[in-house]
Amino acid sequence: MSDLTATNQQILDFQAQLEAQDTSFPMLSVLNNDGQIVDEEALKRADLSDEDLVNIIKRMLLSRQLDIRSTKLAKQGRFGFFAPTAGQEASQMASSYAFNDDDWLMPGYRDIPEIVVKGWPIWKAILWSRGHVLGNEFTTEEGKPVNAWMPQIIIGAQYVEAAGIALGLKKRNKDAVAYAYTGDGGTSQGDFYEGMNFAGAYKANAVFFAQNNGYAISTPRSLQTAATHLAAKGWAAGLPSIVVDGNDPIAVYLAAKEARAWATSGKGPVFIETLTDRLEPHSTAGDDPLRYRKQADIDAWWQKEPLIRMRKFMTEKGIWSEEQESAYIDEVNALIDEQIKIADKVDKQKISNFIKHTLEVPGQAMTEQISKFESEGK
Amino acid sequence: MAVKSYIDAIREAMDLALEKDNDVVIFGEDVGENGGVFRATDGLQAKYGEDRVFNTPLAESGIGGLAIGLTTQNYRPIMEIQFFGFVFEVMDSIAGQMARNRFRFNGTRQMPIVVRSPYGGGTKTPEMHADNLEGMVAQIPGIRVVMPANPADAKGLLLSSIESNDPVVFLENLHLYRSLKGEVPEGYYTTPLDTAAVAREGEDVSIISYGGGVPVALKAADALAKNGVSAEVLDLRTVSPLDIKSIGDTVTKTGRVVVVQEAQRMAGIGANVMGEISERFILSLKAPIGRVAAPDSVYPFGQAENDWMIKPDDVVAKVMEVVNYD
Repeated sequence: MSDLTATNQQILDFQAQLEAQDTSFPMLSVLNNDGQIVDEEALKRADLSDEDLVNIIKRMLLSRQLDIRSTKLAKQGRFGFFAPTAGQEASQMASSYAFNDDDWLMPGYRDIPEIVVKGWPIWKAILWSRGHVLGNEFTTEEGKPVNAWMPQIIIGAQYVEAAGIALGLKKRNKDAVAYAYTGDGGTSQGDFYEGMNFAGAYKANAVFFAQNNGYAISTPRSLQTAATHLAAKGWAAGLPSIVVDGNDPIAVYLAAKEARAWATSGKGPVFIETLTDRLEPHSTAGDDPLRYRKQADIDAWWQKEPLIRMRKFMTEKGIWSEEQESAYIDEVNALIDEQIKIADKVDKQKISNFIKHTLEVPGQAMTEQISKFESEGK
Repeated sequence: MAVKSYIDAIREAMDLALEKDNDVVIFGEDVGENGGVFRATDGLQAKYGEDRVFNTPLAESGIGGLAIGLTTQNYRPIMEIQFFGFVFEVMDSIAGQMARNRFRFNGTRQMPIVVRSPYGGGTKTPEMHADNLEGMVAQIPGIRVVMPANPADAKGLLLSSIESNDPVVFLENLHLYRSLKGEVPEGYYTTPLDTAAVAREGEDVSIISYGGGVPVALKAADALAKNGVSAEVLDLRTVSPLDIKSIGDTVTKTGRVVVVQEAQRMAGIGANVMGEISERFILSLKAPIGRVAAPDSVYPFGQAENDWMIKPDDVVAKVMEVVNYD
């Protein structure tokens, strides 16, 4: 090999390339698991006021409470499909805190909390889970439009659609982005790449998140791809791509905020991998994680979940207390109780409306069916 | 009225739509500077700019997602799938997303998207460029499937499709692009969706067809006239949802029906038409319904396609069977 030029030798050194991938994606970290700041300058750059920090921990607690209550309700048959979120509060709620009302949220099926904090009433989320289409009217309680779509079931579709929204925002010269969420399993989908690639090619206003929570139902992250970091996949589409401690609310917020600023400045999309863990089953539909992972592993991740460090940090700072937390949890539970009541009172759906909402102008056979069902009061 | 080719009529419709409505945008593989591989969008980027007419990366699912996303910013996307055989790559965007979104949002959001795509055989394309896959998309609730059979309809139906708030799969017959010419009215006009048209009046038998099957049916009707058989040809124009009333009108008029499609017997729209006739108009029939369709094999591209595709003689033979039945 001594006759090769240094460049050619480097090119043909496949092992070195694999090692370079390994070392190219260090993890952004600001608040460690003990609640200590590991980078004071990064904290300053995040520019979070005490009020912001309180808002973020409240959103995380809202999410945790929604998770606990939804799981219970699902077991009682009063909530439809629910994908638990415990452990992902930083990845979901601290990231979404960096976006505003004008931004467009494209969620996956585990991202109900992000839509709720954008203004989608909880009673609509409950209806969505039950398959009641009234839940899918994306307006706030006051009737203001919520720039979000229902949680995407076909994993990856939210990425290609986010690219379209992002291009539209750019064409309309809006100071806004499309932000989309998927999981580690989602990064194996073709649409995941197509979405980032399209948004990248148009330098469109998008921020893409992959919440690497360790498992796609039962398939571990290690079996999804040979890529050592999911972030490497963003490079293939030419996007700035980073790995963030997904259990560190401040790091996640900082990454999201900087990505949003980059994407709205005309430089194109950013891809963020948040490293976290799905502490609970895939869904309330009978998944048992102990069939594919060890209890000790789950227990270890529970010690690293994001609320622990956020509580420690904020208590130390003197801006959060056990009393405040229990008062807030009571408030959230009262809200959820009230929202369940609203959802339970909604009228039964009509088959004639299903047909009416399928096409704006129905066909002849559809019109016949609308009349038939209406005459039967259905 | 000027005589124009089918593809010129399609281009003219897009030109008029871009001129009339600033929210109309056109995108797809090679539709920009190159004007599309068939020149359907020739000159449109130069006239309306890259903001309105632009190329996409080579990925059909991405094109579909782009269209859906753009509707949120009040655009009216016309997306081109370069050949309809590539539709499998974008089936989730079409069937899983755009067709379902109006329902999903409880009627509160619209999907004013036109999916333009060429289909149909007889031009010696490579594999997956010529299949008649309309039956597959016609089975999806929430989306229209429009298949014009002449230049005037191609223009008017495309403008109606662009105006529609519902998603439309607009299928253009590849073989007819340049081979079929006809009179095309000047200026902006729309031709109603969901409405069939009598392409030729007749008394003895009804030939019901659509898209590329219509010129085949019309040639057969010419030949039949020489044998003293007066055939009516009904052009469905929109193949989903069906214009059942017009089907009923011609069936009750002649009492004898032959359904003609370029798609394989097990595919296409013919079975839907026969189903509606059987359910609603069977007592008007004087003979069993005849059917002309391609064989139930995979589309044999290249050398054998002309042997495999339906021909006017096949229609003539089937019509004679149906007419002579008593």
